[in-house]
Amino acid sequence: MKISRRTFVTGTVAAAAGVAAGFPHIYMKDFGQAWGAKPWIKKDGNIKVGMLWSQTGNLSVVENDSTQVSLFAVDILNGRGGIAGKEIEPVVVDAKSDIKVYSEKATQLILRDRCVSVHGSYTSASRRAVMPIFMKWDHLYYYPTCYEGRECMQNIINTGPLANQHSFDLVPYMVKNFGPKVYLVGSNYIWPKESNKNVKVWLERAGGEVVGEDYIPLGGSEFSPVFNKVRQQEPDWIMSTVVGDSDIALHRQFLQEGFKSDKMPIAALTTGEIETAAMGNEAGAGHFLSAPYFQTLPNPVNEKFVNDYLGSKYGGGGVTHYNMEETYLGILIWAKGVERALEHTGGDWEAITPRMIRDVSGNWNGQGPVGLSDEESPEGKVWIDPDNFNIWLKPKIGQCGSDGQFTIVKEADEHVFPDPFSIYPERGVCKADGLHKPDGTVQKDVL
Amino acid sequence: MSVHDFWTPFALEPFINALIIGLSLASIWLVAALGLTIIYGTMGVINMAHGEFIMLGAYSAWVMQFFIGIPWLLCLPLSFFIVGGFGWLVERGLIRHLYDRPLDTLLATWGVSLVLVQSVRLIFGGEPQYIDVPDELSTVMNLGFIHIPWMRIFIFFVSLGLVAMTLAILFKTNMGIQIRAVMQNKEMAASFGINSKRVYGLAFAFGAGLAGISGAMFSGLKTIFPDMGLGYVVEAFLVVVTGGGEVLGSLATAGIMGELFSVFSYFTNDTFGRFVLFVLIVIFLRFRPQGIFTPSMARR
Repeated sequence: MKISRRTFVTGTVAAAAGVAAGFPHIYMKDFGQAWGAKPWIKKDGNIKVGMLWSQTGNLSVVENDSTQVSLFAVDILNGRGGIAGKEIEPVVVDAKSDIKVYSEKATQLILRDRCVSVHGSYTSASRRAVMPIFMKWDHLYYYPTCYEGRECMQNIINTGPLANQHSFDLVPYMVKNFGPKVYLVGSNYIWPKESNKNVKVWLERAGGEVVGEDYIPLGGSEFSPVFNKVRQQEPDWIMSTVVGDSDIALHRQFLQEGFKSDKMPIAALTTGEIETAAMGNEAGAGHFLSAPYFQTLPNPVNEKFVNDYLGSKYGGGGVTHYNMEETYLGILIWAKGVERALEHTGGDWEAITPRMIRDVSGNWNGQGPVGLSDEESPEGKVWIDPDNFNIWLKPKIGQCGSDGQFTIVKEADEHVFPDPFSIYPERGVCKADGLHKPDGTVQKDVL
Repeated sequence: MSVHDFWTPFALEPFINALIIGLSLASIWLVAALGLTIIYGTMGVINMAHGEFIMLGAYSAWVMQFFIGIPWLLCLPLSFFIVGGFGWLVERGLIRHLYDRPLDTLLATWGVSLVLVQSVRLIFGGEPQYIDVPDELSTVMNLGFIHIPWMRIFIFFVSLGLVAMTLAILFKTNMGIQIRAVMQNKEMAASFGINSKRVYGLAFAFGAGLAGISGAMFSGLKTIFPDMGLGYVVEAFLVVVTGGGEVLGSLATAGIMGELFSVFSYFTNDTFGRFVLFVLIVIFLRFRPQGIFTPSMARR
């Protein structure tokens, strides 16, 4: 077919019109907001909340538990009559341990399912992949895992410890009880490296010194070259930010190399109840973990949480660990945020927006930030920081026993301030409206 | 980071320990690559599911110990037969139909690997599993300043034993002669009355069985989880390709690679050691793509 000038022009115009109609956000800058005018919570509908976890793939080891405990928390809330009498409807999707799928499913949960908030992610990689989407739609994401900080976004609430809270107590404790010389071993990605920057700051304050530092690839399980250097440097203790399956190999090979946990213990940030079960009791015994939560925390709220969860249809995994508890807190804190938002709109469900839930979770109406009391939270009282929307918590140090469970040897005296820029003070201070830089400007959405 | 942090100065005692660790790494890579050497070297099949055969070996050892209570040492030979049998089935059902299409075997075995990982995850769950090894293997042998975990000594000698066994089978038995004959010229061997299909099936099963026993052995040193195969398959392929697909070539390559990696990671660090090793292999293969040992050509 020969294309005449006329058919070409007509075709182009038709195509342009089609594109314009199909993808209005190309020319409408505030399309997202305009579209958001449709209510997120319908007067006669349920409150939809997204659950963005992986039920398949390598991340499912942890995120299966996250899914289960999220549904458990929703069941509890619904058992109490939902939020202000309205039922919560969880929308569970499978992110398949694939970064691309996280982004796709995040978009789906926001646009198709119209969830008012989304809970999800165990890794920094997936959080960083979905956050641009949540910022684009001015939506709200709840991230429950420990992370490195250095972010200041207006569409996220974090309920896990930041790097500065995580090792804050652990480092002085280890230096005092075992000695100043420490060898750092970690997995080779962003969180261990950023985390170790914090460790070095605390170490300097406590009078300790780093005698060696090594990172092995994610999924790697060969520690003999590292242990050879450890033997040479003779540290007093080992600081481990090795994660996942590598962590199990680390502890097993530590034992096989003839090292003793009472002479040179490993202090870890992520070796929880799942890992100690898989490495064998002998390999775990005597080592230390810093976390805000342990299954053995001796308080009635935690005992009830452990019994109820393990007795429910969701508790097949057999343990509760720190990340599950932080996920559980995330759901409860979200529910309180929705309650406040409802109060804020004077009982009008349809006026509630995701961003509103986030804003009223900070200082609102003279009530201070949302939080959970000692009677609600298994790890004890926590609350959201009204400036940077991370969580105030008390880090605890546990020593693993020969049964794979931890004995709490120290609990912080006071709640520790979550500071995402603690080792980057030159970057500025994170406030509710963005990162306040030293030159007086405010930068939003710092990812 | 100063140069001093990056560069560990030479000291005799840890350096000798590093050389010994190199041998241990070499034995681990060798035993992981041995089955692949048979399958790739003799049959020309690029078996992407090799890592998953290793994983199956670890899981069969775990299942035997956890559900039946068989001691770990006995699990090793049993894993050989279980995974070998499984490999035989895979060959019968799938690989057999693809011998004329080597690139399709790559895709098909990759598919098999995905199916295996997901099936194991569905059946046993994704969480890492624990296997109990004899107490004697959980300690370290101290000879003055030399420290070697007994587990690594054990793996070292078992892998040498497996290499010896493989060579004996290939060169001292009728079966081995048949395998080598089919390897050199399938049609000619067939015309002499050798059942080449049966030979291929047995060779594949033997290679899979070797993967199984190595997986069972690694379960005592490393972590058992559905994705564990990924951690071995890269090194195994490097050993096989650089070694030219010959058993002795794999032996030599694994030794050199293990020592290089251990020495580099002693002087620098684990990540950099790995980087240097891979770069050296790429350079080596650029100038000698057929590998260290060239497979003997069929005389025609």
